[in-house]
Formats: sequence, C-alpha cells, structure tokens
Amino acid sequence: MTNQMVGIEINDLHLSFGETEVLTGVNLDIQPGEFFAFLGPSGSGKSTLLRSIAGFGPTPRGSIRIGGRDVVSLPPWKRNVGMVFQSYALWPHMSVRDNVGFGLKERKVPGTEIAPRVDAALELVGLSHLADRMPNQLSGGQQQRIALARTVVVEPEVLLLDEPLSNLDASLRVQMRRELLAFQRKLGLTTIFVTHDQEEANTTADRMAVLDTGVIQQIGTPQELYDTPQNLFVAEFLGTANILGGQVETDGSAKRFRTSAGDVLPLSDGHAGAGSIVLRPQNMQIVDQAGADTLPGTILHREFMGSQVRYIVRTSGTEMIVDQFHHVGHDWRDTGSDVQLKVNTNEAVIVAS
Amino acid sequence: MSNASPHSNGGPSLLDRLPASIFPRVSGLHAAALIIAILLIGLLIIPVLQVIYVAFLDPNTGALTLQNFVDFFRTSLFRESFWNSFYVSAMSVVVATVIALPLAYITTRFNFAGSVVIQSLGFIPLIMPPFVGAVAMQLIFGRNGTLNLLMEEKFGINIPFMEGLNGVILVQSIHYFPFILINLSTSLRNIDRSMEEAAQNLGSQGMRLFRRIVFPLAMPGYIAGAALVFIKVFDDLGTPLLLNVNNMLAPQAFLRISSIGISDPMGYVISFILVAFSIFSLWASFRVMRGKDYSTEQKGGGGLSKRDLRTGEKVAAYAVVGLILLLVLSPHIGLTLLSFATIWSFAPLPDGFTIQNYIVMWENSKQFIANTVIYAGIAAVLDVIIGTAIAYIVIRTGIWGRKSLDYLATAALAVPGVVLGIGYLRVFHSIDIPFTDKPMASWWVIIALALMIRRLPYALRACTAALQQVSLALEEAAESLGATKSSTIRRIVIPLMSGGILAGFVTSFATAAVELSATIMLVSSESDAPLAYGIYLFMQTPSGRGAGAALGVVAVIIVGLGTFLSQLLIERDKKFKSTDQSH
Repeated sequence: MTNQMVGIEINDLHLSFGETEVLTGVNLDIQPGEFFAFLGPSGSGKSTLLRSIAGFGPTPRGSIRIGGRDVVSLPPWKRNVGMVFQSYALWPHMSVRDNVGFGLKERKVPGTEIAPRVDAALELVGLSHLADRMPNQLSGGQQQRIALARTVVVEPEVLLLDEPLSNLDASLRVQMRRELLAFQRKLGLTTIFVTHDQEEANTTADRMAVLDTGVIQQIGTPQELYDTPQNLFVAEFLGTANILGGQVETDGSAKRFRTSAGDVLPLSDGHAGAGSIVLRPQNMQIVDQAGADTLPGTILHREFMGSQVRYIVRTSGTEMIVDQFHHVGHDWRDTGSDVQLKVNTNEAVIVAS
Repeated sequence: MSNASPHSNGGPSLLDRLPASIFPRVSGLHAAALIIAILLIGLLIIPVLQVIYVAFLDPNTGALTLQNFVDFFRTSLFRESFWNSFYVSAMSVVVATVIALPLAYITTRFNFAGSVVIQSLGFIPLIMPPFVGAVAMQLIFGRNGTLNLLMEEKFGINIPFMEGLNGVILVQSIHYFPFILINLSTSLRNIDRSMEEAAQNLGSQGMRLFRRIVFPLAMPGYIAGAALVFIKVFDDLGTPLLLNVNNMLAPQAFLRISSIGISDPMGYVISFILVAFSIFSLWASFRVMRGKDYSTEQKGGGGLSKRDLRTGEKVAAYAVVGLILLLVLSPHIGLTLLSFATIWSFAPLPDGFTIQNYIVMWENSKQFIANTVIYAGIAAVLDVIIGTAIAYIVIRTGIWGRKSLDYLATAALAVPGVVLGIGYLRVFHSIDIPFTDKPMASWWVIIALALMIRRLPYALRACTAALQQVSLALEEAAESLGATKSSTIRRIVIPLMSGGILAGFVTSFATAAVELSATIMLVSSESDAPLAYGIYLFMQTPSGRGAGAALGVVAVIIVGLGTFLSQLLIERDKKFKSTDQSH
C-alpha cells in the first residue's frame, strides 16, 4: 500500500459543549508521515480534539486542514480519516471479514476488488486465519488488530488512534506499541495517537502536544518537552520535578536564582524576574560539603527502588525528591541526617511561575 | 491498489444546491420526529384532553361548569362506585402483598430448592388477562364453587370469596401480585450483603435487623410495585364487568356511555377521576422513589446472605409456597377444566370432559381470531417502528424537543383504556372515514390505533433498552469508514437492535391481543370484534362459557408463547453481544 502522505493543519480551533469551552485556540501543524501524540490528563481535551479531526462531536470554530482541504464542516463520512476506537468498536453482528470489508462496500468498491483488499489488510496485521470468526471469539489484542485492519483497508489519509493500548494488559501493551510504530512506519501514514500515558507517548511519538484544560501547553519532540518544559504544567506532567519558586537576579554577567526561602543558586543562563526553577531528581547529588551550588537539607525518608535510591530531603523551602544510583557496597544515607544537595545548575530549567 | 479518493462520495446533491432559505434543510429524522409528534398528539393527547374538557362542560348550554362534578358526588351510586373502586384497589394491594411477601422473602433469604419454580410460576398470572380467569374463579371459589361445596360437605361452612367486591379483589390480587413480587425480589436481591453484615457486626439480628435495615432498603421496590397494582386495579374494566360488579368507576363509565350515549357527562367525569388518580399514583410513587435507589454495585456485594432451612422450616416453606402457587394457578386450572367440561355447575368438578367446546369455539371465533391477528399485528408493527424512531431520536440526536416525544409516548401509561376508548368515540364520531360518509369512530382501524397507543410505552422501553446496548463507537466507526447516517442506521444500528425490537414486537402483539378495556368501547359490530371481546360475549351466557373458556385458553397460549419467545430473544441477544473486550 502506498499513500500520498498528507499533513494536518489546525488553526485557532475553539470548541464548546454548551457553555463550557473544552478546546481553546488550538494551533497545530502536523507533518506528512509524522507519528504525533496528544498527551494530557483526563479532561484535558485531547480526545475531543482527536474526535473533532474525525468529525465527531459539535462543530468547532476555526479550521482543520487535511492535505490542504478544510474539513471542519464536513460530516465524518466525507473526511477519509481513519479512526481506531478505544473500545475497538467491532460490530458484533458481522464476521471479521465483513467488518474489514464494510468501508469498501460503503465506498462502492467493486465486489471483485473487495475480497483481495480485505485479505491484504488481514495479512498486514497477521490475522488472515481469523477472517471468518465473529468478534466475540477474538482476544483483546486480536480485536485491536482487526480494528486497525478495518481502518487502513480504506486507505485513509490520516490515522487516528484513541487510547489504543488502554484496554490491553501491561505486557501486551509494550509489545503492541512497538507493533503500532512499525506498522505506522511501514504504511507511512500520518498518525495521531491519544494517550494519558507519557511512557507510551515518549516511546512512540516523533513529536507530541501536551494538553491541559483545552489548551495546548507545548509542542515538541519527547526529549524537548522533558528537557526544556515551557511551563510548570509541562514540567510537572512529564516525569518527576522539584519546583522552587523565586527570582532570577542578574549582576553584570553573573546570574543567580534566589528561592523564596532565601537560598541562592548560581545560574549559567536566564533573564531577570520572577520564575520557578525546575530540578529533576537526577539533577542533584547528596554531598557533605557545602558550596556555592548546594542547598542544605535533612533526609526525611528513603525508598529503595532497585537501580536507584530515592530520598525525600527537607530543605528550607520545600521537600525535594532526589534520586541516587545504587551501587553494591555504597552506603545509604540515614533518615534524619543533615546533608547538602549539590545542584547541577546547567541542567536546571527556569520557567515562568 | 487504487487510492480511494476522499471526494468519491459524490459532489453536492440536488438538495444541497437548493437555496437553504427557501428549502430549509430538514433531515429524514426531523421529518420522522414531526410525524410521530403529530400522531401522538392526534391519537393520545387530543382525545384525552377532549374527555377532560367535556367533563367540565354543561351538556345543554356548552358552557364551562363544575356542575357535572357536583352531580356526580350528589348521586349515591357514583359515591358508592368511587369508594368501591378505592376500596377494591387498596384491598387488592393488601392481598397481593400477602401473596408476594412470603414468596419474595423465602426465595431471597434462604437456600430453597423451590426458588426456581417460584420465580417462573410466579409470572404465570401475568400471561392471562384477569377477566379471562374471572369466570373460572367463580366456579372454584364461588358460593357454589368447588372449594365451598367441599367445605360445606366437610365442615358446614361457606366463605363468600367471590361475593361482590370480594370477587374482584381476589381475581385482581391473584393476577397482579407478580408486580409486587418482581419489584420486591429485585430490591431484596440488590441490597448489598455488607449492609446486613455491618448491622450484624454492630449487634443487630433477627426481626429487628429485618425491620430496621432490610425492610427500609427494600421499600422503594415495594412501593413501585404496589403503586402499579393500585392503578391497574383502579382502571380495570374487564374483571368487574365479567363478575357483574357494576358499582365501580370504570364499569359505570362504560355503562353510562354505552347505554345513555356519548353526550352523557357522567362518563367524562368518571374518566377525569380515573386519569387524575393514575397520574397522582404515578407521581406519588415517583416522589417516594426519588433519591431512594439503594441498589449498589459494589464489589463483594451480591445480595443478602442466604441460609439453609431447618427441616421443620423446610416443610413449612414448601407448604406455604405450594398453597400460594395452587391459589395463583387456580384461574388457569379452572379455565382449562371449564374449556374441556361438558357441564360444570353445582359440582366440585365438571360432570364429564369433551373437546366439543373447542369445536364450537373454532366455528364461532375464526373472525375474532383473524381480527385479533390483524389489529394486534398492525399495533405491534407500528409500535416498534415508532418506538425505534423515538429511541434513536431521543438517544442519538439533538433534535429540539426530542425528550417530549418520549414523555408523550410514555404518558399513555397514565391513560386508562376506558378513557382512551371514550376519547376516541368523542373525537372520531364527528370525523368521517376517508372517502365514505361513515364516522371513523366505528371504523376497525381505530381499534388498531388505540391498541398501538396503549402498547407503545412498552415497545418504546424495549427499543430504548436495545439501543442503549449499542455503543456509540460502533456507529462512529461506520461513519468514519464512509457510511452516511442513514446507511449507518440501516447496516449497524437496526441489525444490532433487532433482538430488542423483535422482543418489543412480540410483547406488544401478545398483550394487545387480549386487551379489552379500550376495545370494548370501540367495537361497533361483532364482525369487527377481536378475541378479547369474543370471550366477553361468550361469557355472557351460561351455555357459551365452555366455548369462552376454550377461547380463553387460546388467549393464554398466545400471550404465554409471546412472553416466552420475547424472553428467548432477549437472552439470545445478550449472549450474542457479550463481546468480552478486557482481554
């Protein structure tokens, strides 16, 4: 199967359910052939955004261009957008073959052409032998592959996946997400994937958009979002973050961060003004010697996690999470002991608070 | 492989190209909603409002007045009828409770082998229209019936089970107690075991536990069942009529209209009272129920704990259950005996047995049976079409006022058959059948339409339940694959609803086939009469009773088979749709 790869452009999209606005000013530019993820907590609007691309739900204001064509006012059946539903939505009264052939029949594809295309789609997901089963005779993973075959057989311009892995158990989930990625690369189909699981998004997506309260918070590659979050929400939503409020102060070429508790850390970069410093648990070391780049603290709590040991350290401002690699023979710090936290300030990020 | 063009669904259709200002975009669904609204207003709302309106009109001057109500309450026969109806309904609830409570209690609280029998036999009364069993009940429980003849011989006593109002109460409570049994058992079964265990843990036990925890939690179910029994008995026409008890409201309405004519205001006053009571009881039970749905779906629940019966208790339980079942099945036993009897009079059992009654019945009732199939068939087909349409419009569309379609259709529940019948007579006697000069009120089609309206709420529930089981994602999947709304409805929604639709059809058909209260008002000639009316006619003469009973057996078989079939369809449908998607 070859596909004319198309991009998706979304401009100033607004959508309301009655009085409540669930999407506000969404702008997105998804490249042809890209594997793109919408990531956000439940209620963030990520599924609503996906559904509005497919044409479900109330008609939004703004524009959605697929391959340059504005589809915002088209009904779902005129969009040629393939969607795989969270529940798979296989029709229980039709066999696997009839499920997969449905879209072709609706498109008035000649009967002689339908059978080979259905076979090819089933071959693609490796389930040719299940063609005559009924959906309730399939396992969850098989149902999902059939749902995928049913969607791609009509050769849609884009593929939308709504929480595709959430109904699978943990071990199958890891395997399926690799299969999904391989499948997407093989077809070269522009794909959007909705998930609330950052690990899923990080491991599959070329780029992703983090949503909260109907607003896109940041767009970028998984690494960009983790390393350089643009706001507190993104910083806290991706991974674990210690956040200290305070001010960036400049004094000639010297820059430093003064926390609201009064501690001072040197900075390599930054503009003067109020902000928050984001410190990942692995950005700090526990040391004994105080220095310019250390914060004093007391160990409150310790958790052994296998490859690392996690300490909760009370500093003058707040409680910090600090991860230290575990090596055989290394002594652990005891709770109650006074320590210094050495901060790798070049890895720290300042965000607006 | 060719690349399916996104534009392959065709350019704008002719309709799309017409200017929207002149030809507003009305979808098929909007049109359907409008047609259904007009049908419901014309066939339900206008007739009922007309009846209520006439109750407040001076029959001579046509002015608005309360005089009819004053006259009603000044007439001792009407006052007596009013109190009789009230008394019979209340007593029926009491007797039905006495029958249902032990059955519900034994099946939900104990490990009792007879539970399955109770759960299935307990529903049998519902498959027989009460008026059908009434005559058979007289032969068993009447002054000269089986039971009293035996008791007189052994103990010299005669108990007036079937005298006057007692007969109506006995027949009605035996027929309607399943409503209480079903609702009460469901409530009892839905109580979380931990509720009871928490009380036990805090030191409560025995009757005190039952009175303070179990009974209050089961109360909403009981109230719902009891309210239903009350209304059904209050509105019923067939049973008092067949038992020749005329000093009750529904029979009085029927007799005034059929003997004095449709201009007599008393029939309308009575209709007004019947409707007011129905609405009041529904409203009251709704008020009591509101916020009291205690059923829980917590894990580890699964109903009250059951315990084993001790030997003595077991004997007692079987005795109670056996006695109640015998009582409950007596109309069926009596009817079957009567249908095969040569002569049965002043004797515990018939003198001899014959199939002559069935031959007589068949020769005289072909027309009744044919009419029934036509009327009930038309009614049931229309019911499921309208029911499916309303269910789809209410659940799946945003059409303005869609909820009111549901309310309109459901409102039929609060309209007694007698009232609908009187309303149709009043409204349609002045409208002629199309292309003729005969009034529509005497047209057989009106009977079918009345049945359609009467059964619509039940068909609508079945269709709504069926549609609710169809996940919205199944429809969206079809639409995203290029299926239009109408194609999605045709290829996905209707096939997936088919089990529920069929079940709704069968239930509507079977119960419409034995409806008497609305049809008895609307049958204008014997050649137009359905089966229920035929039974009524047969039962009027002692010599016709055997054949009437035979026709009654046919009615019971129709309803019984219908109920069985619809259960089967629903079960099969459930199994078929149980797609386990968790692994």
